[in-house]
Amino acid sequence: MILEGECVKLGNDVDTDVILPGKYLTVTDFHELGRHALEGLTPGFAEVAGRGVIVAAGLNFGCGSSREHAAIALKYSGVRAVVAESFARIFYRNAFNVGLPAVECRGIHRLVENGDRLTLDLNRGLVKNLRTSVELRFNPIPSFMLAMLEEGGLIPYLKRRLTGEHPHPERP
Amino acid sequence: MNVFERILARASGLREVSAGDYVTAKVDLAMFHDLTGPLAINAFREIGVEKVWDPEKIVVVFDHLIPANTVETAELHKQVRSFVKQQGIKHFYDVGRGGVCHQVVVENGHVKPGDLVVGADSHTCTYGAVGAFATGVGSTDMAAALATGELWFKVPAAIKVEAKGVFGKYVTAKDLILKVIGELTSDGASYMGLEFTGDAVQRMSVDGRMTLCNMAVEAGAKAGLVPPDEVTVKYLGLRGFNPELFDEGDALYERVLHVDVEGLQPQVAVPPHVDDVKPVSEVRGTPVDQVFIGSCTNGRIEDLRVAAEIMKGRKVHKDVRAIIIPASNKVFLQALNEGLVETFLEAGAVVANPNCGPCLGGHMGLLASGETCLSTSNRNFIGRMGSSKARIYLASPATAAATALKGRITDPRELEG
Repeated sequence: MILEGECVKLGNDVDTDVILPGKYLTVTDFHELGRHALEGLTPGFAEVAGRGVIVAAGLNFGCGSSREHAAIALKYSGVRAVVAESFARIFYRNAFNVGLPAVECRGIHRLVENGDRLTLDLNRGLVKNLRTSVELRFNPIPSFMLAMLEEGGLIPYLKRRLTGEHPHPERP
Repeated sequence: MNVFERILARASGLREVSAGDYVTAKVDLAMFHDLTGPLAINAFREIGVEKVWDPEKIVVVFDHLIPANTVETAELHKQVRSFVKQQGIKHFYDVGRGGVCHQVVVENGHVKPGDLVVGADSHTCTYGAVGAFATGVGSTDMAAALATGELWFKVPAAIKVEAKGVFGKYVTAKDLILKVIGELTSDGASYMGLEFTGDAVQRMSVDGRMTLCNMAVEAGAKAGLVPPDEVTVKYLGLRGFNPELFDEGDALYERVLHVDVEGLQPQVAVPPHVDDVKPVSEVRGTPVDQVFIGSCTNGRIEDLRVAAEIMKGRKVHKDVRAIIIPASNKVFLQALNEGLVETFLEAGAVVANPNCGPCLGGHMGLLASGETCLSTSNRNFIGRMGSSKARIYLASPATAAATALKGRITDPRELEG
């Protein structure tokens, strides 16, 4: 899976309350959630994200609440993937479960600036900054998680597994 | 194996697992609430399974927005109620029947030592207070657990926190856990289990142990756990538990953190980071507009008792709104019987029905721009309790009560006697 997008650079400890404030947790329209993504931290984010972006963040991205609405909001705002120095564990699982690639990549924060164009090769574990041509490697995504992303998330993936059309998830 | 490895080995039917392994394990209990429930139910329906794996092992609690604050919320509640009925889910705590989910699960004995529990709420780690391996998951993971009764887990490494000594007056479990988070930082225990031991923890009631385990997630931990003992057995009315699961024996720890609570000052987390923790003396005098005492972190009877002791016969400062929310109906009733509610009302505080309150910025006391709140809850992130231009300090119920009286962040020990 290869993805390309404009870079939006964020800092450390971007928590799920700023990704999607609690007041929107009763919203059931995913596109509406997308319009409020990161509005407290980066006003106007959804407008930029609509062009198709890759978020590059620091440490502990997605810390805090277990709300899956946060991963959904990012995905539906137009975020194609989040690349971070590290992730909080619940967000990491949620992201894959809703079909949003989350890539842990040490050194990403220094590699990019806002507005750079990035490509991500999830199978090979390679991120490239097209402006500077600098590349960074990351641990390739385990194959069952890639399969999940390709299916669009855990539910379609599980559906196939439960109807016998897909093998049991392998251990990475 | 450490305690987290032992429990996951048991639940996945393996003789031995070690940190970093991936296992598929059977869960003993699954919990969701009114805000994470609807997404989980939709995902469950999409999987296409007719029935949940076991209607007796699911607990559903309404707590985030109760009673319904908007029509949208009312619709979500209606959807969850109908799912509960249709699936025959046995343990359902509707408006007025339970309170804050984590308090409800523990006080009603839905978890026991050695259980593996998943909850669609990040503070599910609270149940470690009674020796369970309990962890928060998102709604889709919850749907998978509802459908199959199992989930994949990465086996966590462990950090041991050994707390010794005797707490000073008005210094509590909250001050200890804030101190620990300040030391570990907000991702210092990422993916790991936090085990709390030492004589200071052993002397703690289940109430205090819940406060410790509740905030394990604020250091990034997957779970928090206090090894069960006589206190646990008595609280849950058990005959015993399997001691093998908690035998430290050959356990390996990523790190051991020693804390002496003797001489520990009340601690305060400064906005907007939970790990920016300072002794109260360093933030003393900061004016506040609102004080909130409650939440899954600090809305239990011991918390209300210490707050009432400080507030008795005194008045909330004229420029402060004090909002006090017991964590459950049982706690509320006990507080009423002990005269604590009377104390709060006479002091000029609001006492609201058991629910999550303003902690998550849903309703019941949101903050305006430029306002400052001191809260006994667990997160002080930007926008958490309302405006993204409000500031939130986190502290213990004792510090909160003293602050409500003075209108400025106050060391509760100044009000002793």
